[in-house]
Amino acid sequence: MPVILDCRGRRCPLPVIELARMIGQVGIGATVTVLADDPAARLDIPAWCRMRDQEYVGASTWDGVPAYTVRRTG
Amino acid sequence: MPAYLDAASTAPPHPVTRAALLAALDDGWADPGKLYGAARQARLLLDAARESVADCLGARPDEVSFAASGTQAAQLAVLGGLGGRRRAGGRLVHAAVEHSCVLHAAATHAAAGGTVTAVPVDRLGRVDPEAYAAAVRQGGVALAALQSANHEVGTVQPVAEVGAACTAAGVPLYVDAAQSVGRVPVPAGWALLSASAHKWGGPPGVGVLAVRKGTRWRSPWPADDREGGRVSGFPNLPAIVAAAASLRAACAEAVAEAARLAPLVDRIRAEVPRLVPDVEVVGDPVGRLPHLVTFSCLYVDGEALLTELDRRGFAVSSGSSCTSSTVRPSHVLEAMGVLSHGNVRVSLHRGTTDAEVAQFLAVLPEVVAELRRTAGVAGL
Repeated sequence: MPVILDCRGRRCPLPVIELARMIGQVGIGATVTVLADDPAARLDIPAWCRMRDQEYVGASTWDGVPAYTVRRTG
Repeated sequence: MPAYLDAASTAPPHPVTRAALLAALDDGWADPGKLYGAARQARLLLDAARESVADCLGARPDEVSFAASGTQAAQLAVLGGLGGRRRAGGRLVHAAVEHSCVLHAAATHAAAGGTVTAVPVDRLGRVDPEAYAAAVRQGGVALAALQSANHEVGTVQPVAEVGAACTAAGVPLYVDAAQSVGRVPVPAGWALLSASAHKWGGPPGVGVLAVRKGTRWRSPWPADDREGGRVSGFPNLPAIVAAAASLRAACAEAVAEAARLAPLVDRIRAEVPRLVPDVEVVGDPVGRLPHLVTFSCLYVDGEALLTELDRRGFAVSSGSSCTSSTVRPSHVLEAMGVLSHGNVRVSLHRGTTDAEVAQFLAVLPEVVAELRRTAGVAGL
């Protein structure tokens, strides 16, 4: 069951903060997908992955909303 | 005592700027294009300013025109350079991290039916000369544009190498030198160049457009015989005189200033990650402008950070989306793939003291820590 974090309408840095709060609550190897219409999320979520050594899986759309998937590595 | 640390937006006026401006306002108000005595006096002032600026840029006086701003000079360089070369093709090649005024000119060109290639940059914000060379060898390229150094992160671009590739491909290279002129040597290899007086401590309202002899250029504007047919309208002669005088002064001090400011920026680059957890200092640490540094603080709202730093007496700017009018993050940070939120750009000038930098480094960690505490992200 994919974990979806709905951050629509939330301005940066909130989507990244929500992601950081959520990632510790999924198992290693599991993913979190952040729905975020904030333009900075496209840049900041992969940057966060780099800073926190998590795996950035990629960007997609869910129901027309930009979505960013991250896999917990540790 | 507020510390102004945003020289990259605009530099505080150099002492000679005010004196030259006021003197020229008294002596140079007549129309330099007319034939009577007062006009000839104004003409002499304009010619002298042009010669002085040309000398500082390594150009001939008849290659230099004065525009109403650096943005205007940049846009004339792009649109005029494209227009002059329309028989060669309709493609503009530029680095992804050019100043937004160049991107806007590119968008205008695209809207008029032209094509545009944006060359990507690496994590440090630098174009790969080989990738750029491949882009200009495509065929149908009318003009190439590459900034001398980046205005947001300070990274110096490989202009000489790219210039050589452009020459080999028969494509003129336009260099936006706004952040270099008056600070570091202008790189060789340009066919068109632009600069902005208020960036070097000159007055606002003066841009510099340089077009090498033999470079095709066609005005995007209605015809005018001012400034060699390149810039229309009555020249702002007092400001032009002040721009030339301050440029000469800045160039005379440039080596010493760079030697003074570079270690201060080095200190900021080294200390910020040591004092503030979860911060990304971006841009080339070595191949960079001497006076400028940008860093991003994880989990921090950029607008809140700037507001609090202002309250504590520091004027800085930011590439964070919340601090821009467009709600988009800086296209430079985006092109580099680095963190954009909680972003601060610090840029120093001739009046910046060691004490101001030390004070900034003392205040920043507690400001960031307090903002993180308030947001409930401590330990995240």
